[in-house]
Amino acid sequence: MSQLSVQHLLGIKHINKADIDLIFKTADHFKEVINRPIKKVPSLRDITIANLFFENSTRTRLSFELAEKRLSADVVNFSAAQSSVKKGETLIDTANNILSMKVDIIVMRHPDVGACDFLSKHVNARIVNAGDGTHEHPTQALLDSFSIREKLGSVKGKKIVIVGDILHSRVALSNIYALNLQGAEVKVCGPKTLIPKYIESLGVGVEYNIKKALEWCDVANVLRVQNERMEINYFPSTREYSQLFGINKQLLDSLGKKIVIMHPGPINRGVELTSDVADADQSIILNQVENGVAIRMAVIYLLAQQIQHK
Amino acid sequence: MSKKILLSSKEIHIILHRLACQLIENHNNFENTVLIGLQPRGIFLAERLVAILKNDYNVSNVELGQLDITFYRDDFRRREAPLQANKTTINFIVEDKNVVFIDDVLFSGRSIRSALTAIQSFGRPSKIELLVLVDRRFSRDLPIQPDYRGRQVDVINKEKVTVHWKEKDGKDAVYIINN
Repeated sequence: MSQLSVQHLLGIKHINKADIDLIFKTADHFKEVINRPIKKVPSLRDITIANLFFENSTRTRLSFELAEKRLSADVVNFSAAQSSVKKGETLIDTANNILSMKVDIIVMRHPDVGACDFLSKHVNARIVNAGDGTHEHPTQALLDSFSIREKLGSVKGKKIVIVGDILHSRVALSNIYALNLQGAEVKVCGPKTLIPKYIESLGVGVEYNIKKALEWCDVANVLRVQNERMEINYFPSTREYSQLFGINKQLLDSLGKKIVIMHPGPINRGVELTSDVADADQSIILNQVENGVAIRMAVIYLLAQQIQHK
Repeated sequence: MSKKILLSSKEIHIILHRLACQLIENHNNFENTVLIGLQPRGIFLAERLVAILKNDYNVSNVELGQLDITFYRDDFRRREAPLQANKTTINFIVEDKNVVFIDDVLFSGRSIRSALTAIQSFGRPSKIELLVLVDRRFSRDLPIQPDYRGRQVDVINKEKVTVHWKEKDGKDAVYIINN
C-alpha cells in the first residue's frame, strides 16, 4: 500500500489500519528529514494550503504550518475568534473565498462537530481536520500512537489509559479509534461526570480509580480539563479534581513500574499533572510535539500525492 | 518479452575491481571523500565497492551513506504510481568533502539531478562525482555525465536495463529487457 484509502483526513473513524501504517512509515522518513541541517524538501512546491482556524490554537497551528513549510508548500493562514465567525459569513462562503485564490488543501479547526465533513462535501479541496468541536482530532491521535510506537516498539497489545475529561475531548475519541485499530487495550479514567455514558460500546474499559488505572497501564495519556467547553460544573473544585485524578511523583513511584506519561498540551500544571511528572524522563510530552510535525508532513504529503498535476 | 544478458557475474566482478581502483587513484586513502549510495538500487553497488576497497585494497576507513531522493523528484503528482520513499542514512558531515554518488544505471539523469538537490540538505560538498555501473548513452534528459562508468551501452528507450545483485536477487547479472 502506498496510497491512502481516503481523499480527506476527517477523522480516524474513516481510515483503516493500512492507512495508519502508511502514515507512520512516511512519517519515519520525515522525522529523519526534520533532523537534518536543512530541514526542508521541495515536494509540495506547487501546492497551496490554507490553514483555517476558527478556534484558538497555538501548538497545532504552528505544527501544521511548520509541516507545510518543510514540504515547501505555499501557506496562507486565517484565524477567526469564535465571535467573528458569527458576524455573518457562512463557512462555505469563507472557504470558497479562500479557494478562489487557488488553494489545494484546507487544514481546518472548528468549534462545531462535523464542520470538516460538511466542508469536504461542498468545496473542491482536500480537507484535513485539525479538530472539530468535541468530535475528532485525527493528527493528534496519530502522533500519540506514533510516539508510543517510537517509545515502546509497537502499539499492538499495549495497555493505554486515557485520563481526564473524556466527555469534551476530541483527542480521546480519535485516540480510542486509532488505538483500537492498532490492537491496543484501552481504558478511560476520570470523574463519572466527565465519562460519556455507553463509552464501553467503543470497546474501551472504564476505571474511576486513578491508582488502579495507572497500575494496569503501560502508557497514561493525560488530558487537559477543558474548562472552556463546560457550561456547568462537572466536579466541585479544581483542587478536588487534582487530588482525585491528578498525577504526582508520589503516585507514580508507588506503582512499582515505570509507565510512559503523555499529554497533548497545553498542560494545566498542578491540576492533571504536577511539574515533576510533566518534566520527568518517563514523560514523552516534548517528543509528541516533535513527532507532530513529522506526522502532519506525512498526512499532507500523502493527500497531496493524490492531487494530479494539471 | 526478450531478455539479453549484458554483463555476467564474472564481468561484473572485473568491473567492480576496476572501479574500486579508479576511486583509489583519484581519492587516495579517502581521507576527505565520502561515498553515497543512491536508494533504492545504488546501495548494493556502493556496499560492494566498500567491501572490495577494504578486503582487497586495504582501504578501510571509507565513509558510506545512503541517500533517498523521493522527496526531491521532479515527477511528484505527475506519475500514475505513487512514490515510495526509502531510508536516508548519512551519519557524517558532507561540508567541504568530496562526495561520490553511486548508482546502478544512469538513464535520463533526473535521479542524479534530484540527488544533487537532496545532498545540499547535508551541507555544501567541495566536489561531487558520479559513479555508475551501466551508462545508457544517448538517453539523457539533462546535461549530466558519469565520472566513473562500468559499461557504456546503447539501448533504445523502450528497452530496460536491470541490474541483479547476489544479496538481493540471488546472482550478479545485468540484463537488457525488451518488452
